Amino acid sequence: MAKTLKYEKVIVSALMGFAGLLSAAAVQAEEISRGSVIAATCYTCHGTFGNSTGSMPTLAGITGNRMKTMLMEFKGKKRASTVMARHASGYSDEELADVANYFGKLQKRGD
Amino acid sequence: MAGITRREFVKLVGAGGATSALALSGCASFSKKSAQRVVVIGGGFGGATCAKYLRMYDSSLNVTMIEQNATYHTCPTSNLVFGGLKKMAGLEQNYKALSSKHGVNVVQERVTAIDGKKRTVTLSSGKTVEYDRLVVSPGIDFKWGAIEGYDEAASQLMPHAWKAGPQTELLHKQLLAMPDGGTFIMCPPGMPFRCPPGPYERASMVAHYFKTNKPKSKILILDAKDEFAKQGLFMNAWKELYPGMIEFVAGSKGGKVHHVDAKTNTVYTEEGLTTHKGDVVNIIPPQKAGMIALSSGLGNDAGWCPVDQHTFESKLVPGVHVIGDAAVAGAMPKSGHTANNIAKMTAAAIVSQFNGAKSPIPSHVNTCYSLVAPDYGISVAAVYRLGEDGVLAGIKGAGGVSPADADKLFRKQEADYGHGWYDNITADSWG
Repeated sequence: MAKTLKYEKVIVSALMGFAGLLSAAAVQAEEISRGSVIAATCYTCHGTFGNSTGSMPTLAGITGNRMKTMLMEFKGKKRASTVMARHASGYSDEELADVANYFGKLQKRGD
Repeated sequence: MAGITRREFVKLVGAGGATSALALSGCASFSKKSAQRVVVIGGGFGGATCAKYLRMYDSSLNVTMIEQNATYHTCPTSNLVFGGLKKMAGLEQNYKALSSKHGVNVVQERVTAIDGKKRTVTLSSGKTVEYDRLVVSPGIDFKWGAIEGYDEAASQLMPHAWKAGPQTELLHKQLLAMPDGGTFIMCPPGMPFRCPPGPYERASMVAHYFKTNKPKSKILILDAKDEFAKQGLFMNAWKELYPGMIEFVAGSKGGKVHHVDAKTNTVYTEEGLTTHKGDVVNIIPPQKAGMIALSSGLGNDAGWCPVDQHTFESKLVPGVHVIGDAAVAGAMPKSGHTANNIAKMTAAAIVSQFNGAKSPIPSHVNTCYSLVAPDYGISVAAVYRLGEDGVLAGIKGAGGVSPADADKLFRKQEADYGHGWYDNITADSWG
């Protein structure tokens, strides 16, 4: 009896720690980040997770800083490209940093 | 092993931080204890990508993809078959990786009905499949009879080849049999239609074939419209590479088709008063969403499917998302690239909604490569954002076409990237 009460106290305090009633899965839910959303649109030409099987460069393995520099250079038309300037100009500097950091993290996790 | 590890999932969604765990959507849906079931209808660029990315974003999902054909021949790069630069086998995609690597239940069947209230789909075998969420990616169907004289039977004589496979082979066979000095007539439709630059790449590839095999032959484009995608680039390239071979007749200047006679390969324009007889005739008829979407109440009067352009959930049937060519997607063109992109954003939205997280702000991109000659490629690109009005619009200052004054090396690079695009998008969608 005492054990059950203690268990119930634990549940109630856990629930009070969050706004509203939550299911177990919702508690663990993370918002899909802006960086990962933009990165998914890069996979179409550069390969899933940036691993290219075609003539476009592989993006996996490029550090976040290096990729951010390249994207900003494409955007500023300081770096020659066939199509990348046209793509990079569609994002804010912050979004370019987000997607660059996202690819950088992919690399750091050993993928 | 199907699906991905928890570590890979976290990597995929990004380290949003602890605070994001509390970012719930306004109407949080509580996860059921059993796996959420998503059914995807269609195994093309949209359906295959969506099924795969649903599993990648959340390997607890039960994802079933229903496709009537055992394999899929891509329309993109099918024009290269006419140029003698690709074989049919090079267009073929299969569903093995979706099944064995990503844990998608692949069902080869035709869907005959969707019941939005009961949340079931019915198959031609009579079996019904239940869903918690449905994604419909049926591609296009043709408005038979919209051009007088052009019905489904006529397409066996005057192919459209606007769905790759047997139609591609039929048109190719006709071109191979055509004598030198003959005329290829091609009739593209008005907007909107699948792959806006496609007909003009086709003209280019046929021109390349004629130039190298049947140099006295001609190409006549009788267009329903006056302007077309990448027009400046195409016409300059044709002048340079295929001088005197390709004639473009704008819709308002006599190009609009009045009716056709498939038995005599004749196309009539200018209210039927002008006759054009071809040796090979390719009619690309007006289009609409795939029939399963329209027969299930997902379509508007124009024959396309209106959706919430954030999540691609149908505006007409709740719990059903429509993606790919069938959907109304603002300024985004109907293309394989668009379908692949929309599929990923839709998968992210569905997974987020199931897990009680906010649907991410979508990011949309399209890039269309066209091959004008083996070493001459051109492209058009755009980045899209959801406007305040809920409509996807191109971002000003971004996107655009290849430069008009690009040199030979640039054109060769874009030809190479066109092939690279195909290798990567097909691996991304079906691999």
